[in-house]
Amino acid sequence: MNLDIDATLQKMANELSEYCQTKAIVDPIVVGIHSGGVWVAEKLLDNLRTKESLATLDITFYRDDFSRMGLHPKVKQTTLPSTEGKHIILVDDVLMSGRTIRAAMNEIFDFGRPASISLAILYDLDQAELPIKADVTGETIHLSENQRIKLFGPAPLTVSLVDAY
Amino acid sequence: MKLCIRNGRIIDPSQDLDAIRDLFIEDEKVVAIGDAPVGFVADEDVDATGLWVLPGLVDLGVSLREPGYSQKGSIASETRAAASGGVTTVVCSPDTSPIVDTPAVAALIQDKALAAGQANVFPLGALTQGLSGKALSNMVALTDAGCVALSNQRHAMDSTKVLSRALEYAATHDLLVVFHSDEKSLSDGGCAHEGVISMTHGLAGIPDIAETVALARDLILVERTGVKAHFARLSSAKSIEMITQARLSGMDVTADIALHNLLLTDQVLSEFNGQYHVLPPLRSEEDRLALLEGISNGVITAICSDHQPHEKMAKIAPFSATEPGMANIEVLLPLAMKLVHGGELDLKTLLTCLTVGPANSFGIDAGSLSVGNFADFCLFDSGLSWLWTQGNKKTKGHNSPYLGDEIVGKVQATYLSGKKVY
Amino acid sequence: MTQSEPRALQLNEKGQLKHFLSLEGLDKTILTEILDLAESFLNMGEQSVKKVPLLRGKTVVNLFFENSTRTRTTFELAAKRLSADVINLNIETSATSKGESLLDTLQNLEAMQSDMFVVRHGDSGAAHFIAEHCTPNVAIINAGDGRHAHPTQAMLDMLTIRRHKGGFEGLKVAIVGDILHSRVARSQIHALTTLGVEEIRLVGPKTLVPNYFSETGAVICHELQAGLQDVDVIVMLRLQKERMHGALLPSESEFYRLYGLTMESMSWAKPDVVVMHPGPINRGVEISSEVADGEHSVILNQVTNGIAVRMAVMSMAMSGQVQSQESERSMASDTMVGEKV
Repeated sequence: MNLDIDATLQKMANELSEYCQTKAIVDPIVVGIHSGGVWVAEKLLDNLRTKESLATLDITFYRDDFSRMGLHPKVKQTTLPSTEGKHIILVDDVLMSGRTIRAAMNEIFDFGRPASISLAILYDLDQAELPIKADVTGETIHLSENQRIKLFGPAPLTVSLVDAY
Repeated sequence: MKLCIRNGRIIDPSQDLDAIRDLFIEDEKVVAIGDAPVGFVADEDVDATGLWVLPGLVDLGVSLREPGYSQKGSIASETRAAASGGVTTVVCSPDTSPIVDTPAVAALIQDKALAAGQANVFPLGALTQGLSGKALSNMVALTDAGCVALSNQRHAMDSTKVLSRALEYAATHDLLVVFHSDEKSLSDGGCAHEGVISMTHGLAGIPDIAETVALARDLILVERTGVKAHFARLSSAKSIEMITQARLSGMDVTADIALHNLLLTDQVLSEFNGQYHVLPPLRSEEDRLALLEGISNGVITAICSDHQPHEKMAKIAPFSATEPGMANIEVLLPLAMKLVHGGELDLKTLLTCLTVGPANSFGIDAGSLSVGNFADFCLFDSGLSWLWTQGNKKTKGHNSPYLGDEIVGKVQATYLSGKKVY
Repeated sequence: MTQSEPRALQLNEKGQLKHFLSLEGLDKTILTEILDLAESFLNMGEQSVKKVPLLRGKTVVNLFFENSTRTRTTFELAAKRLSADVINLNIETSATSKGESLLDTLQNLEAMQSDMFVVRHGDSGAAHFIAEHCTPNVAIINAGDGRHAHPTQAMLDMLTIRRHKGGFEGLKVAIVGDILHSRVARSQIHALTTLGVEEIRLVGPKTLVPNYFSETGAVICHELQAGLQDVDVIVMLRLQKERMHGALLPSESEFYRLYGLTMESMSWAKPDVVVMHPGPINRGVEISSEVADGEHSVILNQVTNGIAVRMAVMSMAMSGQVQSQESERSMASDTMVGEKV
């Protein structure tokens, strides 16, 4: 499987602009989830004509598996302005179980009550374990059991499939 | 009843004997070593090949806990533990409840010990009534009732004046006084040797001067009153120096050391294990080496178990809140043999300090297998490795850091007056 | 003759914290991890909901055998910011039956299925005792045991130092006052040594700074000027009034005269020195008001940092505890499979 990340990003950016127009979303806060989501969000931001700068989210403290996996002590900074009454576009690189998105939404709500949250995902693996679906998807891909997808960034942003045993 | 112990290695420091010989016993006493007396026909032959035949051990520091503390131990349970450790003579402490300050209590202890029939028991009498340090006890009556010596243990005397009068009175009647030298105002509240470990672990310290300041006073009073004196459970290097000086100056004082003070130092306290909480405390390596030196050069002639059994709960608490003491009497000999295996003491010196040494310092007729003496002895397998556990221990006490350990050396049999008690 | 065993009680088989009892035996990596994580929690400050769900559904019991409203409050706040349920228990101990009442209390609390005990106790080693005798599924956090240790206080001081000085290398740190009775100082000495400061000085009279402390590698100074010369950090310890009764000191005024931190004595230290105090301050006994409220004082930052450090330690210990429980469970199931075969 060959993945053309630049083409996918371009397609995603276009769809996201369209999506915002349809939903009448003005000046949304674009929130990237550390680390891959931030890289993807940076690429999308240029196309969105929003006055807000990029916000970032580290969901480490909100994970539901922390006590089993342990904590990574260097938690990256969450830079989120007040979300009260704002439209949020949540951006991540890969949507797998949906647990990260759930954690991110919990964290966003701790900063205020947003007007809406939309989800933009570069690669949807179609493996959701929660009722969470992206509003804008770059590409939906199906991996074999032992395949994992991995993003490298921030510049150049590349993607590769790796075998994991 | 005639008994022959064949082919064992008899080690008896009292007669400077260490050889493979046969031991002949008739009617409670040793009748010959080596060749059988003329016409001796044994009723029972014991093959002791490969075993050591030792005079029964004499332990100057044992708490039997009866009367009064049945949750910790009883005369039956603790003398049984003693017998299983090869100890045939026990000097027991007066801090029972009631305290051994009346002839009745002294008699009760001896009656119960006789009934148990496991070891010869000599009680210590209280030096003052109720160990309160105020009024003198009936010292002569206590001695007549079988008390081997008098002691106030670590209980403080009300004043130096009371102490000095008590010593004068004891000297009048030529009684032995046993000192546990401790200056209360320096040791009070402490639970560990004052040193680097107690400082860094925040444990309230007992400085060595708590012992030496009191020892200096006690030695001066002993010299002045001329009382017969024994100093028990010395723990610090400076104390050994002071006893050495006293003996050099002609004073006939003796002293003993608890085995754990020879085996362990305050380094073991770093995990706050209450099993190592003892009084006087485990001190520094420097102190430990000086104590060993005192034994090697003959100044100190007795090592005791300082056996203090406790119920389980007594040690289940933060370190300083645990009750002090260890209960090691049944492994006294194999634990002491660690000092020989480690090259820190020679075998003859060690056995002297466990047999004839302590017997002589208290004037007890024991600790020797010379012909004519009572046949108190044990058979010891010096190489046998075994596990000492909660399941096979004999003492009622639960408190020894060595419980659960592999022990090298085991007493296989103990005889009291020629009769097998273990 | 016998060597003590390594202090393994507070680490799980992966070397992660499962209790937090003492800084002894914890290496630089773990201490740095605590500081990094605490720093991450500090960054949460701007959230309108100052809470993360790391310990949601967990029950934390603040078990205080010694009354200390300040310490208990910061632990309570830290636990609540981690979304734990918190129970506060103040237990007065009677001197006679200390051991038994402690064990009884613990057994009662175990029945409540608590996940973490934060323990303050007057006996040195009490937290170790509880960690050894408690059900294995409870994480124990030492909030001060006797004179032995107060590891969270020491770590919040380390965080304060790192945030003001950038690191620990090359620093000279003076700890002034009643070292003998201070669990804070003992923990600080361990932390500063492990984190690699250049020099630790302990300053006070011989009655409060016994020479035994030189074995820790610290330099002992009986004069304040020698102790403060060119230091980067000054830690003033609280002087308890009852020390005067034990004949350790003649009076508060004489102590202040010899060891009190004033603007004048501050001038001996480096110009950018920071002054810390675990609180509560005795103004005019350890420290003058001018210094306590002055530009070098970071005493109030210490309080904020205290909550973050306690959040870090609590979440790390809970994580290590859960992981060691799970590895035990998987080991147990392995055994069962083995038996079937």
